[in-house]
Amino acid sequence: MWPPISMESPMTDASTVFDAWWGWPPPVLDPAGPYAESVTVLAWALFAMGAIVTAIVAAALFVAVAGPPRWKARLGGEHTVWIMGIAFPAVVLTGLLVWGLSLTASLTDPITGREPRIRVTAHMWWWDIEYLDAAGRVVRRDANELHLPVGQPVVLELKSADVIHSFWVPNLSGKEDMIPGRTNLLKVQADRPGRFGGICAEYCGGPHALMGFVAVAHPVAEFERWLSGTKVGAGPAVAQDVPGTVPAVTRRTPTAVDAAPQVGARDGQALFLANGCAACHRIAGTPANGLSGPDLTHLAGRLTLSGGILPNNRGTLQGWIADAQSIKPGNRMPSYDNLSAEDVAAIALWLETPR
Amino acid sequence: MTTACKQPPQTRHDLDEAAIERGSRLVAEAGCTACHAFPGIGWPRGLAGPSLLTFDGRGPIAGTLPNTPANLAAFVRNAPATKPGSPMPAMPLSRSEARDVAAYLYGIADD
Ligand code: HEC
Ligand SMILES: [Cu+2]
Repeated sequence: MWPPISMESPMTDASTVFDAWWGWPPPVLDPAGPYAESVTVLAWALFAMGAIVTAIVAAALFVAVAGPPRWKARLGGEHTVWIMGIAFPAVVLTGLLVWGLSLTASLTDPITGREPRIRVTAHMWWWDIEYLDAAGRVVRRDANELHLPVGQPVVLELKSADVIHSFWVPNLSGKEDMIPGRTNLLKVQADRPGRFGGICAEYCGGPHALMGFVAVAHPVAEFERWLSGTKVGAGPAVAQDVPGTVPAVTRRTPTAVDAAPQVGARDGQALFLANGCAACHRIAGTPANGLSGPDLTHLAGRLTLSGGILPNNRGTLQGWIADAQSIKPGNRMPSYDNLSAEDVAAIALWLETPR
Repeated sequence: MTTACKQPPQTRHDLDEAAIERGSRLVAEAGCTACHAFPGIGWPRGLAGPSLLTFDGRGPIAGTLPNTPANLAAFVRNAPATKPGSPMPAMPLSRSEARDVAAYLYGIADD
């Protein structure tokens, strides 16, 4: 499971979307909020009904094959067919339908317009994430990581930049398609802080299976701080203990000093701009303003790389830049094997600067 | 007797099964796999660094350092400081985790 959240040193706690799928209970059976909860309750109820009916049928089959003649005669009588074949299913299925519809009615609760809004745009094979203010302006642009305040519904505007994708964080809600040219609204809510795995649930070509993200639910005050861009590490230390995790404090984070022998006097920003990275990536406050790849402004604070699939640290970052195609075959970023290891290290060090 | 030119397994290094097990998890968790292929890990198998599928635990570490478990552990944790000029970056491992990773690597060599 996830190591504890620590905004102070996200690079040390890195964990990937895959971590979220291990262990028991699996995320689909482990709702963290009301919308996922009702789906899970319904799923268990249907499973229980199915199990009961299967048991009744098995018992009837046993009687029909090996029961005493008197029971057999009863089982084959018209009476039994009326009751077990028609009345019982009619009553049970009607009951389930009414109960199921009332249980899941909350999934389509009207949207008041006062909920925080986040626009999630799926790209082959990553997620563009924009946090909107009440007027619909983008206040923060990020990628591959969805931050949410705990205990309140959040409305997601789901879009696609290319083909049909599907948004799914099993702990938080059911799936919702992301369709080019449309905006689908989905309400999600997390009632406990934690990190949850999200994936694309609609085959979208090539490395579809490697298109994930991490959803991070924070207490409201911490979320506000994060959103307002308070620098990583500022404010009171934030760390929740997620049960069953090992504190990551014994880990060290590679520092700028570690990279110094490789980087020397190289200028990461100049290399980033000179090698065409800026044509696809945006970094606020620099000339880099490309839109066809993930926004890298807040890369330093991100837990994962390239769609939730790798922990984010100096090593994986350099590995990704040098040879993205071996890691995520078919993705839309070229492998930069024309760069020297030192140039890659300089770019990585510059990208790691908190902004 | 195909192993005649190698010393038999177990005697080349002290194999600590628990450390090997922890080390094999750590290489995936820390993301060493982004640049190296490891036996038993199907994905990712990055190619930016040398494949370790046939790591044999012999010869100087990274071509220059005396081959000791302490050097191997120091190298996987902070390569640039251990072997000046190494293109491999420092990795987020504690000292004890680095020893586990070294044990795991020597374990590959003994397979
Ligand atoms: C042709 C466009 C393009 C160019 C040029 C390009 N990238 Fe990318 N980059 C992408 C795309 C697309 C992705 C997302 C890949 C995926 O996950 O499917 C990406 C992902 C990344 C990521 C991971 C981002 C995250 O949020 O996890 C980093 C870091 C990155 N690129 C750095 C670079 C650097 C450094 C360069 C220049 C050396 C560069 N890119 C050049 C398109 C590009
Ligand atoms: Cu997709």
